[in-house]
Amino acid sequence: MAVTPPESRIWWKEPVAKIELTWVIIAFLWGLVMFFMMIYWHIAGNQNLSNEAYRIDAATFTKYTQAMVDKYTVGQRTTRQGGREIPIVAPPPGSDVYLIARLWEWWPILQLQKGKSYRLHISSLDWQHGFSLQPVNINLQVHPGYELVTTITPRDNGEFTVVCNEFCGIGHHNMLGKILVVE
Amino acid sequence: MATASDFRICPTTGLNVHLPAERLIKANAVVAIVFLAIGGFFGLLVALTRWPAVHILPADWFYLVLTAHGLDVLLVWIIFFEIAVLYFASAVLLNSRLAAPKVGWAAFWMMLIGALVVNVAVLQGGSSVMFTSYVPMQAAPHFYLGLIVFAVGALLGCGVFFGTLVIAKEEKTYEGSLPLVTFGALTAAIIAVFTIASGAIILIPTFLWSVGIISHIDSLMYKLIWWALGHSSQQINVSAHVAVWYAIAALVLGAKPISEKISRLAFLFYILFLQLASAHHLLAEPGLSSEWKIFNTSYAMYLAVLGSMIHGMTVPGSVEAAQRARGFNKGMFEWLRKAPWGNPAFAGMFMSLVMFGFIGGISGVVLGTEQINLIFHNTLYVPGHFHGTVVAGTTLAFMAITYLLVPLIFRRQVVFPKLAMVQPYLFGLGVLGISIFMMGAGTLGVSRRHWDIGFADAGLSFDYPPAAFLMMALNGLSGVLAALGGLLFIVIVVGSVLFGKRVTAKIDLGGNAGVVAKYGSAGTLKIPGTAVLVAIFFTAFVLYYFVNWKYLSELWPMR
Amino acid sequence: MAQSSGKQVTSERIPFMQRLLDNPFLLLFLGVAIPAILYLIWGIMEIIQIPVAR
Repeated sequence: MAVTPPESRIWWKEPVAKIELTWVIIAFLWGLVMFFMMIYWHIAGNQNLSNEAYRIDAATFTKYTQAMVDKYTVGQRTTRQGGREIPIVAPPPGSDVYLIARLWEWWPILQLQKGKSYRLHISSLDWQHGFSLQPVNINLQVHPGYELVTTITPRDNGEFTVVCNEFCGIGHHNMLGKILVVE
Repeated sequence: MATASDFRICPTTGLNVHLPAERLIKANAVVAIVFLAIGGFFGLLVALTRWPAVHILPADWFYLVLTAHGLDVLLVWIIFFEIAVLYFASAVLLNSRLAAPKVGWAAFWMMLIGALVVNVAVLQGGSSVMFTSYVPMQAAPHFYLGLIVFAVGALLGCGVFFGTLVIAKEEKTYEGSLPLVTFGALTAAIIAVFTIASGAIILIPTFLWSVGIISHIDSLMYKLIWWALGHSSQQINVSAHVAVWYAIAALVLGAKPISEKISRLAFLFYILFLQLASAHHLLAEPGLSSEWKIFNTSYAMYLAVLGSMIHGMTVPGSVEAAQRARGFNKGMFEWLRKAPWGNPAFAGMFMSLVMFGFIGGISGVVLGTEQINLIFHNTLYVPGHFHGTVVAGTTLAFMAITYLLVPLIFRRQVVFPKLAMVQPYLFGLGVLGISIFMMGAGTLGVSRRHWDIGFADAGLSFDYPPAAFLMMALNGLSGVLAALGGLLFIVIVVGSVLFGKRVTAKIDLGGNAGVVAKYGSAGTLKIPGTAVLVAIFFTAFVLYYFVNWKYLSELWPMR
Repeated sequence: MAQSSGKQVTSERIPFMQRLLDNPFLLLFLGVAIPAILYLIWGIMEIIQIPVAR
């Protein structure tokens, strides 16, 4: 039994029941299917996290973001408490688009066009944050000192919300952003 | 050398039980259960806060209690219990004296002091950083120090386990190879060594950073190394609870492994590859290549998952074979219907097996698929998954074997036997609900570690679909059920240990141990019921796996 | 349960795989070395090579 040493001294040579061997083979093959599925999706699928990332410090990332904001702001949205203005920025399709995560907001609000692609750069100026785009449900991790670069193509129009889903202190549950998608 | 008076002979199993080992097993098990109670209580508060209609704790307390809950159950309860399992699987099952009991006690005190220090740090309010304590968020220095001391203690305990294996072999206290349960415990101990060494590599510099000696810790590097501690510690749990399943099947039913070779190979896959899947937590990170992610998240082409799938068949298969040899041969499932469901050890074990496989296992593989992770990372699906593995799987299995440890090691009868019969079902049902409803909420995008999904105080607004709020309410209710089941467990076990009738003679653990020594040759093994159960599992796995690729394909294109 | 008795006293050579599985310290070495190399070291090497943004 399992709580006593094996009955045969050389248990390695005990024959294996066919049913058990069959299951081992099926399970092994299924493992291979799942492994190759991930590789296949990189080739044929449309949703892959890019491997492109850079080290970048907060000041430099802020500079690039601010440059985009200065050039492409088309409006403002006012927050509920405190009445701050967040710029709404509409960068051209195909361009580099920047999103800052910081305690406790996403800045600025991006306005993108449906069906067009953008090189989205995301970084944090302070702690780790989680970029969770709802209700689409795209979830990415955002680090300070690093920027993630991914090319995204919004598929629907409407107002989308960026929820922070990496715990970042007492204001974590108030940390929201917006991405607007227009025709 | 130990003298004969250091041992007693167990009247039920005939094993030579080393009394110093037994004292250590008891001490570790008792402290484990105390922390299960504390951590479980914190878990209830978390569930009742995330139930929006109840919202019992304010935000700062919520994050504090959530941190404490993670530490106390995921680390303290489970590792204390595992140390007890290690000593049992080595000294007791091998009829051997425990190596260096004094070191075992040093390990115990270090773990206890470390656990208390880290809890104090969290309760003081300055270390609400979650169990993961992601840099650059900083906790108080004694938070890290408590963890380090706990970890070193656990490592010493593993050392005592390895030392005992050496002694048992040299003193020839057993013949042939290690029992399968001990081999499973060995798997757990090996993974524990990697886990703790990784923890030391990252927590020691982080502690130095918290006191100002080191100026900067890279957040990505921290996360990579921390998860070698964080996820691998859960793989210790998997190995340990699988060993516990085999032990319960043996003790309660006299079940024999249907193939020592295949079961040991499955544990070998765990030893070699299980720890690679710490990469699951880094699939949505910048800067790590898809090659690294795919190879590691797949546990090396899913070989370690193969290990789990093997155990998922051999454990029920051995139960079926034992039951059929006992005469329960009618039809496909008489062996299962007439299994000792009134024996809480068996009931807990079987439910742990089914839920770990169907709920925890399948969701884990799906969640850990590189691209599918994009729809789940940091959502409440993640805790839904791991409550399926660590609570429905490990904790329920540990509760189940406690019903055997009470008469065998504490040598007391279990009090309130009718309640004991019900307890695993109550807890199991609660935990099933917790897992399913958290996964449901996560599928709708609800975030983990989040105090208010209504965003009442946020500058912008967002509404999750109403179904998400329903999920959180159902999760809250399930949490209450699980807490009741947990409370019942604590009451029964503490009551038994303190007030249960003393056991001095041989007891019937459930099955006649000698009845099913042989199943016949491999050619005549008949386990059709298990084959059907495994087929159902496999079908569910394949369907759920591909459904999630379908969901992924509806996401915005990204590359 | 007493220990299993009646073991075949055998002069047969124990197969390699069984000797591997019967050797706790070899398994310990493999169980630590393999994830250390494939998960930790490989991962650390990738992180330190992340380029700086222009």
